[in-house]
Amino acid sequence: MRITCPHCGARDAQEFSYLGDANPKRPDGLDATEAAMHDYVYQRDNPAGRHRELWYHGAGCHAWLVVTRDTRSHAIEAVEVASTVRSGAAA
Amino acid sequence: MRYSVFSLLAQTLKGHKGWQPTWRDAAPKPEYDVLVIGGGGHGLATAYYLASRHGIRNIAVIEKGHIGSGNVGRNTTIIRSNYLLPGNTPFYELSMKLWEGLEQDLNYNAMVSQRGVLNLYHSDAQRDAYARRGNAMRLAGVDADLLEREQVRAMVPFLDYDNARFPIQGGLLQKRGGTARHDAVAWGYAHAGDRNGVDIVQNCEVTGLTLDNGRVTGVETTRGPIRAKKVALAVAGNSSRVASMAGLRLPIETHVLQAFVSEGVKPLIDTVVTYGAGHFYVSQSDKGGLVFGGDIDGYNSYAQRGNLPVIEDVMESAMALWPGVGRIRMLRHWGGVMDMSMDGSPIIDHTPVQGLYLNAGWCYGGFKATPASGFCFAHLIAKDEPHPVAAAYRLDRFASGRVIDEKGAGAQPNLH
Repeated sequence: MRITCPHCGARDAQEFSYLGDANPKRPDGLDATEAAMHDYVYQRDNPAGRHRELWYHGAGCHAWLVVTRDTRSHAIEAVEVASTVRSGAAA
Repeated sequence: MRYSVFSLLAQTLKGHKGWQPTWRDAAPKPEYDVLVIGGGGHGLATAYYLASRHGIRNIAVIEKGHIGSGNVGRNTTIIRSNYLLPGNTPFYELSMKLWEGLEQDLNYNAMVSQRGVLNLYHSDAQRDAYARRGNAMRLAGVDADLLEREQVRAMVPFLDYDNARFPIQGGLLQKRGGTARHDAVAWGYAHAGDRNGVDIVQNCEVTGLTLDNGRVTGVETTRGPIRAKKVALAVAGNSSRVASMAGLRLPIETHVLQAFVSEGVKPLIDTVVTYGAGHFYVSQSDKGGLVFGGDIDGYNSYAQRGNLPVIEDVMESAMALWPGVGRIRMLRHWGGVMDMSMDGSPIIDHTPVQGLYLNAGWCYGGFKATPASGFCFAHLIAKDEPHPVAAAYRLDRFASGRVIDEKGAGAQPNLH
């Protein structure tokens, strides 16, 4: 599998570390109930198909990326820099 | 048909031309008392124990492909009960005991072979951790022996003991551990389940769950709707997908784990060895192939195939532990898709939907658990209360803080 880093170009997936689903958003302030935190930390949609996920380009530009990938075929649809997708995505 | 030495002799005299299919290829009936989704080891075992131990007769197992085409045919066949935590030890020991009586119980040769499982240690800290694990096992009535380096060398002399980075200092041995013939486990449960009246329905994929007032009433399938009083999910790898048909989200990610087999060679290794410094384990099948495995690929995947980086990683570990395998050719590799739960431990529980039961989250270790998983799941379905040895495998343990942190690594790949 190769990931096209917006900064570095197409690189082997071994240059990257995987963090997981990019969609869960950490609840903040009054939203941070126990149930909401449980949802954020543990529950996953785990789709068979289109999946937005966080990858870290550790052996390259050190950027956090949001990769949209098909979990059945590993085909990659889009790679975006996480900080431009939303602030705090890589936290 | 019952297998015995006499049936074997009679067939020998007839040139083995009279063997009958061992289970019926059943068509789905309109309604069942219990419908088990998933014709893998766990689903078939569940149906068998429901019929044989709880006297429930109107049961079906439905499978989207053919039975045994999922993870029960895609593993490294190892059985063991060398677990540390109170939530796990009695469960896996029950499984080990069921393995020991499995063939008599099922009347099927599953080639259960108690050749021993040896976990190597390479540092003082690892030795202490294994000593603690061994003590915990013995306190729970499980066999465990902590071996010194020379005792290990006597068992498996060909390993690299003086590896500069990870010299082998010793190992923790469970003599009762070993391997079983994985396909025969599925076939055996199908054989014995069928004889107890279980309908095994193949090529029948679930496309929807029918609910009425928060209660499950049946399933929609590619072979038509089937009503059921109780529906049990045993669809490892696809648990999230099927549960989502009832509007449920699970603390599970699906990952692929690869395994490998070499060309067949003469007997080389008569036990199972795990390499504690890397993540690598090896045994030899009765056909002669070296069977080995390593880490998960590291990202969500429903592809039942692996990728090259993990192959390279596993081969590096193999060569570091056992330089001699470099002369042996790899024959094939395969990938299974598994439920990685968030604490690395399984879930056997009711779901919030009435009449819908969940058996999921087996991570790396579903094969060894097959008998106890089916046994405890059947108990839960029949009696509507958890079996005592599986009582810790609750679905809500993440919310309540009662996680079973055996390895400290669930689905999170950065923790491996």
